[in-house]
Amino acid sequence: MIEIINLCKSFNDHMVFDNLNLTINTGETMVIIGRSGVGKSVLLKHIIGIMKPDSGQIIIDGTDITKLAGKELDNFRVRFGMLFQGAALFDSLTIEENIGFNLIEHSNMPKGDIRNRVAECLGLVGLKGIEDLKPAELSGGMKKRVGLARAICMNPEIMLYDEPTTGVDPIMGDAINDLIKNLHDKLKVTSVAVTHDMVSAYKIASRIAMLYKGKIVAVSTPNEIKSTTNPIVKQFITGAAIGPITENEEGEGGVR
Amino acid sequence: MLERLREIGQKILVFLRYAGGIWALFIETLLWTFRPPLKRKHILEQMHKVGVQSLPIVFLTSLFTGMVLALQSAYQMQRISATMYIASLVSLSMCRELGPVLTALVVAGRVGASITAELGAMKVTEQVDALETLATNPVKYLVVPKFVALFFMLPILTVYADFIGIVGGYMVGVGKLGISSSLYLRMTFDPLVLKDVFTGLIKSFAFAVIICVVACFQGLNTEGGAEGVGKSTTLSVVMSFIMIIAADCFFTALFYFAF
Repeated sequence: MIEIINLCKSFNDHMVFDNLNLTINTGETMVIIGRSGVGKSVLLKHIIGIMKPDSGQIIIDGTDITKLAGKELDNFRVRFGMLFQGAALFDSLTIEENIGFNLIEHSNMPKGDIRNRVAECLGLVGLKGIEDLKPAELSGGMKKRVGLARAICMNPEIMLYDEPTTGVDPIMGDAINDLIKNLHDKLKVTSVAVTHDMVSAYKIASRIAMLYKGKIVAVSTPNEIKSTTNPIVKQFITGAAIGPITENEEGEGGVR
Repeated sequence: MLERLREIGQKILVFLRYAGGIWALFIETLLWTFRPPLKRKHILEQMHKVGVQSLPIVFLTSLFTGMVLALQSAYQMQRISATMYIASLVSLSMCRELGPVLTALVVAGRVGASITAELGAMKVTEQVDALETLATNPVKYLVVPKFVALFFMLPILTVYADFIGIVGGYMVGVGKLGISSSLYLRMTFDPLVLKDVFTGLIKSFAFAVIICVVACFQGLNTEGGAEGVGKSTTLSVVMSFIMIIAADCFFTALFYFAF
Protein backbone atom coordinates (compact mmCIF):
# COMPACT_ATOMS: atom_id res chain seq x y z
CA MET A 1 0.00 0.00 0.00
CA ILE A 2 1.22 3.51 -0.82
CA GLU A 3 0.08 6.23 1.58
CA ILE A 4 0.84 9.83 0.68
CA ILE A 5 0.30 11.96 3.76
CA ASN A 6 0.26 15.78 3.88
CA LEU A 7 2.73 16.11 1.03
CA CYS A 8 3.95 19.66 0.43
CA LYS A 9 6.34 20.79 -2.29
CA SER A 10 7.07 24.11 -3.91
CA PHE A 11 9.51 25.31 -6.57
CA ASN A 12 10.63 28.96 -6.34
CA ASP A 13 7.54 30.07 -4.41
CA HIS A 14 5.24 28.12 -6.74
CA MET A 15 3.24 25.66 -4.63
CA VAL A 16 2.94 22.30 -6.42
CA PHE A 17 1.57 20.14 -3.58
CA ASP A 18 -0.39 21.64 -0.75
CA ASN A 19 -1.01 18.98 1.94
CA LEU A 20 -1.74 16.32 -0.65
CA ASN A 21 -3.21 13.06 0.67
CA LEU A 22 -3.80 9.88 -1.30
CA THR A 23 -3.88 6.16 -0.53
CA ILE A 24 -3.18 3.57 -3.22
CA ASN A 25 -4.15 0.02 -2.29
CA THR A 26 -1.99 -2.99 -3.03
CA GLY A 27 -2.82 -4.53 -6.38
CA GLU A 28 -4.92 -1.67 -7.74
CA THR A 29 -4.19 0.62 -10.67
CA MET A 30 -4.56 4.22 -9.59
CA VAL A 31 -4.72 6.71 -12.42
CA ILE A 32 -3.95 10.31 -11.52
CA ILE A 33 -5.46 12.81 -13.92
CA GLY A 34 -4.95 16.54 -14.12
CA ARG A 35 -3.98 19.31 -16.48
CA SER A 36 -0.50 19.56 -17.94
CA GLY A 37 1.84 21.28 -15.52
CA VAL A 38 -0.22 20.48 -12.44
CA GLY A 39 2.56 18.30 -10.98
CA LYS A 40 1.53 14.77 -11.94
CA SER A 41 5.02 13.69 -13.02
CA VAL A 42 6.46 15.42 -9.96
CA LEU A 43 4.18 13.26 -7.80
CA LEU A 44 5.49 10.07 -9.44
CA LYS A 45 9.06 11.25 -8.89
CA HIS A 46 8.26 11.76 -5.22
CA ILE A 47 6.80 8.26 -4.94
CA ILE A 48 10.00 6.71 -6.30
CA GLY A 49 12.22 9.05 -4.28
CA ILE A 50 13.90 10.98 -7.11
CA MET A 51 12.49 14.17 -5.58
CA LYS A 52 12.19 14.97 -1.90
CA PRO A 53 9.16 16.80 -0.53
CA ASP A 54 9.37 19.96 1.58
CA SER A 55 7.27 18.14 4.17
CA GLY A 56 4.96 15.16 4.44
CA GLN A 57 5.39 11.42 4.16
CA ILE A 58 5.11 8.74 1.49
CA ILE A 59 4.74 5.43 3.26
CA ILE A 60 5.16 2.35 1.10
CA ASP A 61 4.36 -0.90 2.90
CA GLY A 62 5.36 0.65 6.20
CA THR A 63 8.56 2.39 5.00
CA ASP A 64 8.69 6.16 4.57
CA ILE A 65 10.59 6.58 1.30
CA THR A 66 11.17 10.29 1.94
CA LYS A 67 13.47 9.32 4.82
CA LEU A 68 15.59 6.88 2.81
CA ALA A 69 18.87 7.80 1.12
CA GLY A 70 21.91 6.19 -0.51
CA LYS A 71 22.14 2.41 -0.55
CA GLU A 72 18.88 1.94 1.40
CA LEU A 73 16.98 3.97 -1.18
CA ASP A 74 18.63 2.09 -4.07
CA ASN A 75 17.72 -1.26 -2.50
CA PHE A 76 14.15 -0.08 -1.98
CA ARG A 77 13.88 1.16 -5.56
CA VAL A 78 14.45 -2.31 -6.95
CA ARG A 79 10.80 -2.92 -5.99
CA PHE A 80 9.72 -0.25 -8.50
CA GLY A 81 9.51 -0.12 -12.26
CA MET A 82 8.96 3.19 -13.97
CA LEU A 83 7.95 4.03 -17.53
CA PHE A 84 8.95 7.57 -18.46
CA GLN A 85 7.02 9.89 -20.72
CA GLY A 86 9.67 9.82 -23.45
CA ALA A 87 10.70 6.26 -22.49
CA ALA A 88 14.12 7.65 -21.33
CA LEU A 89 16.07 4.82 -22.93
CA PHE A 90 19.84 5.18 -22.69
CA ASP A 91 20.94 6.33 -26.17
CA SER A 92 24.44 4.90 -25.93
CA LEU A 93 23.30 1.38 -25.03
CA THR A 94 21.62 -1.31 -27.13
CA ILE A 95 18.05 -2.40 -26.43
CA GLU A 96 19.38 -5.49 -24.66
CA GLU A 97 21.69 -3.41 -22.46
CA ASN A 98 18.80 -1.05 -21.74
CA ILE A 99 16.35 -3.72 -20.68
CA GLY A 100 18.92 -5.78 -18.81
CA PHE A 101 20.55 -2.69 -17.27
CA ASN A 102 19.82 -3.66 -13.69
CA LEU A 103 20.93 -7.26 -14.20
CA ILE A 104 24.15 -6.20 -15.94
CA GLU A 105 25.00 -3.53 -13.36
CA HIS A 106 23.81 -5.09 -10.15
CA SER A 107 23.85 -8.87 -10.51
CA ASN A 108 26.28 -11.63 -11.42
CA MET A 109 23.82 -13.28 -13.79
CA PRO A 110 25.60 -14.95 -16.75
CA LYS A 111 25.28 -13.19 -20.11
CA GLY A 112 23.19 -15.94 -21.66
CA ASP A 113 20.62 -15.80 -18.85
CA ILE A 114 20.41 -12.01 -19.15
CA ARG A 115 19.78 -12.37 -22.88
CA ASN A 116 17.00 -14.86 -22.20
CA ARG A 117 15.41 -12.61 -19.58
CA VAL A 118 15.57 -9.64 -21.99
CA ALA A 119 13.92 -11.70 -24.74
CA GLU A 120 11.23 -12.76 -22.25
CA CYS A 121 10.52 -9.12 -21.28
CA LEU A 122 10.46 -8.08 -24.94
CA GLY A 123 7.97 -10.90 -25.57
CA LEU A 124 5.71 -9.58 -22.80
CA VAL A 125 5.49 -6.22 -24.59
CA GLY A 126 5.02 -7.86 -27.99
CA LEU A 127 8.45 -7.28 -29.51
CA LYS A 128 11.24 -9.61 -30.58
CA GLY A 129 14.56 -9.64 -32.39
CA ILE A 130 15.50 -6.01 -31.67
CA GLU A 131 18.00 -6.72 -28.90
CA ASP A 132 21.01 -5.40 -30.79
CA LEU A 133 19.43 -2.19 -32.11
CA LYS A 134 20.02 1.23 -30.58
CA PRO A 135 17.07 3.31 -29.26
CA ALA A 136 17.50 5.85 -32.09
CA GLU A 137 16.54 3.14 -34.58
CA LEU A 138 13.10 2.59 -32.99
CA SER A 139 9.78 4.37 -33.50
CA GLY A 140 8.12 6.27 -30.63
CA GLY A 141 5.69 3.45 -29.85
CA MET A 142 8.44 0.84 -29.85
CA LYS A 143 10.54 2.99 -27.53
CA LYS A 144 7.65 3.15 -25.08
CA ARG A 145 7.27 -0.62 -25.21
CA VAL A 146 11.01 -1.12 -24.67
CA GLY A 147 10.76 1.33 -21.76
CA LEU A 148 8.00 -0.84 -20.39
CA ALA A 149 10.10 -3.99 -20.87
CA ARG A 150 12.96 -2.33 -18.98
CA ALA A 151 10.61 -1.37 -16.16
CA ILE A 152 9.32 -4.92 -15.69
CA CYS A 153 12.68 -6.67 -16.05
CA MET A 154 13.28 -6.90 -12.29
CA ASN A 155 9.73 -8.14 -11.53
CA PRO A 156 8.67 -4.95 -9.71
CA GLU A 157 5.93 -4.90 -7.09
CA ILE A 158 4.98 -1.32 -7.96
CA MET A 159 4.79 0.11 -11.49
CA LEU A 160 4.75 3.83 -12.20
CA TYR A 161 3.64 5.09 -15.61
CA ASP A 162 4.27 8.69 -16.67
CA GLU A 163 1.88 9.55 -19.50
CA PRO A 164 2.05 6.07 -21.05
CA THR A 165 0.03 6.97 -24.17
CA THR A 166 1.37 10.47 -24.85
CA GLY A 167 3.26 10.85 -28.11
CA VAL A 168 2.03 7.65 -29.76
CA ASP A 169 -0.80 7.21 -32.26
CA PRO A 170 -4.24 6.19 -30.91
CA ILE A 171 -3.87 2.58 -32.06
CA MET A 172 -0.47 2.21 -30.44
CA GLY A 173 -1.89 4.04 -27.42
CA ASP A 174 -4.59 1.43 -27.09
CA ALA A 175 -2.04 -1.35 -27.51
CA ILE A 176 -0.04 0.17 -24.65
CA ASN A 177 -3.20 0.35 -22.54
CA ASP A 178 -3.79 -3.34 -23.21
CA LEU A 179 -0.20 -4.08 -22.25
CA ILE A 180 -0.55 -2.19 -18.98
CA LYS A 181 -3.78 -4.03 -18.23
CA ASN A 182 -2.26 -7.40 -19.11
CA LEU A 183 0.85 -6.74 -17.05
CA HIS A 184 -1.32 -5.75 -14.14
CA ASP A 185 -3.41 -8.89 -14.43
CA LYS A 186 -0.42 -11.20 -15.00
CA LEU A 187 2.10 -9.75 -12.57
CA LYS A 188 -0.40 -8.52 -9.93
CA VAL A 189 1.54 -5.28 -9.43
CA THR A 190 0.34 -2.11 -7.76
CA SER A 191 0.29 0.54 -10.48
CA VAL A 192 0.21 4.30 -10.48
CA ALA A 193 -0.29 6.03 -13.83
CA VAL A 194 -0.49 9.73 -14.53
CA THR A 195 -2.20 10.86 -17.70
CA HIS A 196 -4.53 13.41 -19.20
CA ASP A 197 -5.78 10.89 -21.75
CA MET A 198 -9.23 9.96 -20.44
CA VAL A 199 -9.66 7.00 -22.82
CA SER A 200 -6.54 5.46 -21.32
CA ALA A 201 -7.61 6.37 -17.79
CA TYR A 202 -11.02 4.67 -18.11
CA LYS A 203 -9.46 1.59 -19.63
CA ILE A 204 -6.68 0.84 -17.15
CA ALA A 205 -7.86 2.37 -13.88
CA SER A 206 -9.20 0.61 -10.81
CA ARG A 207 -9.65 4.09 -9.36
CA ILE A 208 -9.08 7.58 -10.74
CA ALA A 209 -7.80 10.53 -8.69
CA MET A 210 -7.85 14.10 -9.89
CA LEU A 211 -4.97 16.40 -8.98
CA TYR A 212 -5.90 20.07 -8.95
CA LYS A 213 -4.15 23.02 -7.32
CA GLY A 214 -1.82 20.85 -5.25
CA LYS A 215 -4.52 18.61 -3.80
CA ILE A 216 -6.42 15.48 -4.77
CA VAL A 217 -9.93 16.82 -5.33
CA ALA A 218 -11.67 13.54 -6.15
CA VAL A 219 -10.98 9.80 -5.96
CA SER A 220 -13.44 7.29 -7.39
CA THR A 221 -13.90 4.39 -9.76
CA PRO A 222 -14.02 5.14 -13.50
CA ASN A 223 -17.81 4.70 -13.55
CA GLU A 224 -18.34 7.07 -10.64
CA ILE A 225 -16.03 9.62 -12.24
CA LYS A 226 -18.06 9.52 -15.46
CA SER A 227 -21.19 10.53 -13.56
CA THR A 228 -19.49 12.99 -11.21
CA THR A 229 -21.16 16.20 -10.11
CA ASN A 230 -17.88 17.83 -9.09
CA PRO A 231 -17.64 20.79 -11.53
CA ILE A 232 -13.81 20.68 -11.67
CA VAL A 233 -13.67 16.97 -12.49
CA LYS A 234 -16.59 17.33 -14.86
CA GLN A 235 -14.88 20.08 -16.85
CA PHE A 236 -11.68 18.04 -17.09
CA ILE A 237 -13.21 14.76 -18.22
CA THR A 238 -15.47 16.42 -20.74
CA GLY A 239 -12.63 18.62 -21.96
CA ALA A 240 -14.73 21.79 -21.86
CA ALA A 241 -12.80 25.00 -22.52
CA ILE A 242 -15.02 26.98 -20.18
CA GLY A 243 -15.47 26.05 -16.54
CA PRO A 244 -14.02 26.45 -13.04
CA ILE A 245 -10.52 25.17 -13.99
CA THR A 246 -9.91 27.66 -16.77
CA GLU A 247 -11.48 30.51 -14.78
CA ASN A 248 -9.16 29.89 -11.82
CA GLU A 249 -5.98 29.02 -13.65
CA GLU A 250 -5.76 32.00 -15.98
CA GLY A 251 -2.36 33.56 -15.76
CA GLU A 252 -0.90 30.90 -13.44
CA GLY A 253 2.31 29.03 -14.24
CA GLY A 254 2.91 25.33 -13.83
CA VAL A 255 5.43 22.53 -13.51
CA ARG A 256 5.86 19.29 -15.33
CA MET B 1 18.46 51.58 -3.57
CA LEU B 2 16.82 48.65 -1.80
CA GLU B 3 16.02 47.13 -5.18
CA ARG B 4 19.69 47.43 -6.21
CA LEU B 5 20.86 45.81 -2.97
CA ARG B 6 18.42 42.96 -3.48
CA GLU B 7 19.73 42.45 -7.00
CA ILE B 8 23.34 42.29 -5.75
CA GLY B 9 22.32 39.94 -2.97
CA GLN B 10 20.59 37.66 -5.43
CA LYS B 11 23.65 37.59 -7.70
CA ILE B 12 25.87 36.69 -4.74
CA LEU B 13 23.44 33.92 -3.81
CA VAL B 14 23.48 32.54 -7.36
CA PHE B 15 27.29 32.56 -7.34
CA LEU B 16 27.48 30.86 -3.94
CA ARG B 17 24.95 28.24 -5.02
CA TYR B 18 27.00 27.56 -8.16
CA ALA B 19 30.31 27.33 -6.29
CA GLY B 20 28.70 25.18 -3.60
CA GLY B 21 27.17 22.89 -6.22
CA ILE B 22 30.51 22.38 -7.96
CA TRP B 23 32.26 21.73 -4.66
CA ALA B 24 29.57 19.27 -3.55
CA LEU B 25 29.78 17.38 -6.86
CA PHE B 26 33.58 17.21 -6.52
CA ILE B 27 33.33 15.71 -3.02
CA GLU B 28 30.60 13.28 -4.09
CA THR B 29 32.69 12.21 -7.10
CA LEU B 30 35.73 11.62 -4.87
CA LEU B 31 33.67 9.52 -2.45
CA TRP B 32 32.22 7.39 -5.27
CA THR B 33 35.65 7.03 -6.92
CA PHE B 34 37.01 5.25 -3.87
CA ARG B 35 33.91 3.11 -3.38
CA PRO B 36 34.16 -0.16 -5.32
CA PRO B 37 33.34 -1.50 -7.81
CA LEU B 38 34.99 0.69 -10.45
CA LYS B 39 33.79 -0.26 -13.93
CA ARG B 40 37.03 -0.86 -15.84
CA LYS B 41 35.25 -1.07 -19.18
CA HIS B 42 33.63 2.36 -18.76
CA ILE B 43 36.89 3.94 -17.61
CA LEU B 44 38.85 2.51 -20.56
CA GLU B 45 36.17 3.72 -22.98
CA GLN B 46 36.40 7.21 -21.51
CA MET B 47 40.21 7.14 -21.56
CA HIS B 48 40.02 6.41 -25.27
CA LYS B 49 37.53 9.23 -25.85
CA VAL B 50 39.31 11.75 -23.66
CA GLY B 51 42.92 10.83 -24.31
CA VAL B 52 43.55 8.91 -27.50
CA GLN B 53 41.04 10.87 -29.56
CA SER B 54 42.51 14.17 -28.34
CA LEU B 55 46.00 13.30 -29.57
CA PRO B 56 45.65 14.86 -33.06
CA ILE B 57 44.35 18.23 -31.86
CA VAL B 58 46.90 18.38 -29.03
CA PHE B 59 49.61 17.47 -31.56
CA LEU B 60 48.68 20.30 -33.92
CA THR B 61 48.20 22.91 -31.20
CA SER B 62 51.49 22.25 -29.46
CA LEU B 63 53.51 21.78 -32.64
CA PHE B 64 52.42 25.17 -33.96
CA THR B 65 52.82 26.79 -30.56
CA GLY B 66 56.39 25.47 -30.32
CA MET B 67 57.16 26.78 -33.80
CA VAL B 68 55.59 30.18 -33.17
CA LEU B 69 57.37 30.48 -29.85
CA ALA B 70 60.73 29.84 -31.54
CA LEU B 71 60.01 32.31 -34.34
CA GLN B 72 58.73 35.06 -32.07
CA SER B 73 61.65 34.78 -29.69
CA ALA B 74 64.08 34.71 -32.64
CA TYR B 75 62.80 38.16 -33.51
CA GLN B 76 64.37 39.54 -30.32
CA MET B 77 67.16 37.03 -29.72
CA GLN B 78 68.75 37.59 -33.12
CA ARG B 79 69.31 41.24 -32.22
CA ILE B 80 71.44 40.28 -29.24
CA SER B 81 72.99 37.25 -31.00
CA ALA B 82 71.50 34.85 -28.49
CA THR B 83 69.54 32.59 -30.84
CA MET B 84 70.82 29.45 -29.18
CA TYR B 85 68.83 30.36 -26.07
CA ILE B 86 65.64 29.94 -28.08
CA ALA B 87 65.89 26.20 -27.40
CA SER B 88 65.86 26.73 -23.63
CA LEU B 89 63.10 29.28 -23.88
CA VAL B 90 60.89 26.93 -25.87
CA SER B 91 61.46 23.92 -23.65
CA LEU B 92 60.98 25.81 -20.39
CA SER B 93 57.86 27.67 -21.50
CA MET B 94 56.32 24.52 -22.95
CA CYS B 95 56.93 22.39 -19.85
CA ARG B 96 56.18 24.99 -17.18
CA GLU B 97 53.31 26.84 -18.76
CA LEU B 98 52.11 26.34 -22.32
CA GLY B 99 52.00 22.54 -22.38
CA PRO B 100 49.68 22.18 -19.37
CA VAL B 101 47.52 25.26 -20.06
CA LEU B 102 47.07 24.81 -23.81
CA THR B 103 46.32 21.12 -23.41
CA ALA B 104 43.78 21.87 -20.69
CA LEU B 105 42.08 24.54 -22.80
CA VAL B 106 41.96 22.29 -25.86
CA VAL B 107 40.58 19.39 -23.80
CA ALA B 108 38.06 21.68 -22.05
CA GLY B 109 36.81 22.77 -25.46
CA ARG B 110 36.74 19.32 -27.00
CA VAL B 111 35.99 16.95 -24.13
CA GLY B 112 34.36 19.27 -21.56
CA ALA B 113 31.84 20.50 -24.11
CA SER B 114 30.99 16.98 -25.21
CA ILE B 115 30.57 15.79 -21.60
CA THR B 116 28.17 18.67 -20.84
CA ALA B 117 26.19 18.14 -24.03
CA GLU B 118 25.93 14.40 -23.40
CA LEU B 119 24.89 14.68 -19.75
CA GLY B 120 22.64 17.66 -20.53
CA ALA B 121 20.79 15.72 -23.22
CA MET B 122 20.46 12.79 -20.81
CA LYS B 123 19.09 15.13 -18.14
CA VAL B 124 16.44 16.77 -20.32
CA THR B 125 15.26 13.42 -21.72
CA GLU B 126 14.93 12.04 -18.16
CA GLN B 127 17.68 9.45 -18.69
CA VAL B 128 19.39 10.64 -15.51
CA ASP B 129 16.13 10.11 -13.58
CA ALA B 130 15.78 6.71 -15.25
CA LEU B 131 19.24 5.76 -13.94
CA GLU B 132 18.11 6.57 -10.42
CA THR B 133 14.94 4.50 -10.79
CA LEU B 134 17.18 1.62 -11.86
CA ALA B 135 18.96 1.89 -8.50
CA THR B 136 22.08 3.40 -10.07
CA ASN B 137 23.71 6.56 -8.77
CA PRO B 138 24.25 8.97 -11.69
CA VAL B 139 27.49 10.33 -10.21
CA LYS B 140 28.93 6.83 -9.84
CA TYR B 141 27.77 5.68 -13.27
CA LEU B 142 28.29 8.82 -15.35
CA VAL B 143 30.77 11.11 -13.60
CA VAL B 144 33.31 8.76 -11.98
CA PRO B 145 34.56 7.07 -15.21
CA LYS B 146 35.03 10.49 -16.84
CA PHE B 147 36.77 11.81 -13.73
CA VAL B 148 39.23 8.92 -13.50
CA ALA B 149 39.88 9.03 -17.27
CA LEU B 150 40.55 12.77 -17.33
CA PHE B 151 42.64 12.65 -14.17
CA PHE B 152 45.07 10.20 -15.76
CA MET B 153 44.86 11.20 -19.41
CA LEU B 154 45.30 14.98 -19.11
CA PRO B 155 48.79 14.73 -17.53
CA ILE B 156 49.78 12.17 -20.19
CA LEU B 157 48.51 14.51 -22.91
CA THR B 158 50.45 17.32 -21.24
CA VAL B 159 53.75 15.42 -21.39
CA TYR B 160 52.95 14.63 -25.03
CA ALA B 161 52.26 18.33 -25.69
CA ASP B 162 55.54 19.34 -24.00
CA PHE B 163 57.44 16.97 -26.24
CA ILE B 164 55.66 17.98 -29.47
CA GLY B 165 56.14 21.68 -28.63
CA ILE B 166 59.85 21.10 -28.23
CA VAL B 167 59.87 19.28 -31.58
CA GLY B 168 58.13 22.30 -33.16
CA GLY B 169 60.77 24.62 -31.72
CA TYR B 170 63.50 22.26 -32.93
CA MET B 171 62.12 22.31 -36.48
CA VAL B 172 62.24 26.10 -36.61
CA GLY B 173 65.49 26.45 -34.66
CA VAL B 174 67.45 23.90 -36.67
CA GLY B 175 65.65 24.16 -40.00
CA LYS B 176 65.14 27.89 -40.28
CA LEU B 177 67.40 29.68 -37.81
CA GLY B 178 70.48 27.62 -38.49
CA ILE B 179 71.24 26.41 -34.96
CA SER B 180 73.08 23.09 -35.04
CA SER B 181 71.03 20.06 -34.01
CA SER B 182 73.33 18.99 -31.16
CA LEU B 183 73.52 22.51 -29.74
CA TYR B 184 69.74 22.90 -29.93
CA LEU B 185 69.18 19.62 -28.09
CA ARG B 186 71.77 20.45 -25.45
CA MET B 187 70.24 23.90 -24.93
CA THR B 188 66.80 22.30 -24.73
CA PHE B 189 67.53 19.69 -22.07
CA ASP B 190 70.40 21.25 -20.06
CA PRO B 191 68.33 23.94 -18.29
CA LEU B 192 65.32 21.67 -17.96
CA VAL B 193 65.09 20.14 -14.50
CA LEU B 194 62.58 17.62 -13.23
CA LYS B 195 60.87 20.35 -11.22
CA ASP B 196 59.84 22.14 -14.42
CA VAL B 197 58.02 19.12 -15.75
CA PHE B 198 56.53 18.24 -12.37
CA THR B 199 55.07 21.67 -11.66
CA GLY B 200 53.42 21.47 -15.08
CA LEU B 201 52.05 18.05 -14.26
CA ILE B 202 50.65 19.15 -10.89
CA LYS B 203 48.81 21.92 -12.75
CA SER B 204 47.40 19.46 -15.25
CA PHE B 205 45.98 17.24 -12.47
CA ALA B 206 44.17 20.29 -11.10
CA PHE B 207 42.96 21.26 -14.59
CA ALA B 208 41.60 17.74 -15.12
CA VAL B 209 39.52 18.06 -11.95
CA ILE B 210 38.23 21.47 -13.06
CA ILE B 211 37.27 20.32 -16.57
CA CYS B 212 35.48 17.21 -15.38
CA VAL B 213 33.62 18.66 -12.41
CA VAL B 214 32.51 21.85 -14.21
CA ALA B 215 31.40 19.93 -17.32
CA CYS B 216 29.50 17.30 -15.33
CA PHE B 217 27.92 19.88 -13.01
CA GLN B 218 26.66 21.92 -15.95
CA GLY B 219 25.40 18.80 -17.70
CA LEU B 220 23.57 17.38 -14.69
CA ASN B 221 21.96 20.75 -13.95
CA THR B 222 20.70 21.35 -17.49
CA GLU B 223 17.09 22.43 -17.82
CA GLY B 224 14.92 23.49 -20.71
CA GLY B 225 15.31 21.13 -23.68
CA ALA B 226 17.68 21.60 -26.59
CA GLU B 227 18.15 25.29 -25.87
CA GLY B 228 19.12 24.46 -22.30
CA VAL B 229 21.71 21.95 -23.53
CA GLY B 230 23.25 24.66 -25.75
CA LYS B 231 23.36 27.16 -22.91
CA SER B 232 24.89 24.65 -20.50
CA THR B 233 27.56 23.65 -23.01
CA THR B 234 28.58 27.25 -23.65
CA LEU B 235 28.64 28.03 -19.95
CA SER B 236 30.63 24.88 -19.24
CA VAL B 237 33.41 25.85 -21.68
CA VAL B 238 33.46 29.48 -20.52
CA MET B 239 33.59 28.53 -16.83
CA SER B 240 36.27 25.88 -17.44
CA PHE B 241 38.43 28.39 -19.35
CA ILE B 242 38.13 31.02 -16.62
CA MET B 243 38.81 28.53 -13.84
CA ILE B 244 41.77 26.97 -15.68
CA ILE B 245 43.41 30.37 -16.19
CA ALA B 246 42.69 31.38 -12.58
CA ALA B 247 44.05 28.08 -11.24
CA ASP B 248 47.11 28.48 -13.48
CA CYS B 249 47.78 31.89 -12.00
CA PHE B 250 47.35 30.50 -8.48
CA PHE B 251 49.68 27.52 -9.03
CA THR B 252 52.32 29.56 -10.84
CA ALA B 253 52.41 32.01 -7.92
CA LEU B 254 52.48 29.13 -5.43
CA PHE B 255 55.40 27.38 -7.18
CA TYR B 256 57.25 30.66 -7.65
CA PHE B 257 57.16 31.45 -3.96
CA ALA B 258 57.28 27.91 -2.57
CA PHE B 259 60.09 26.38 -4.65
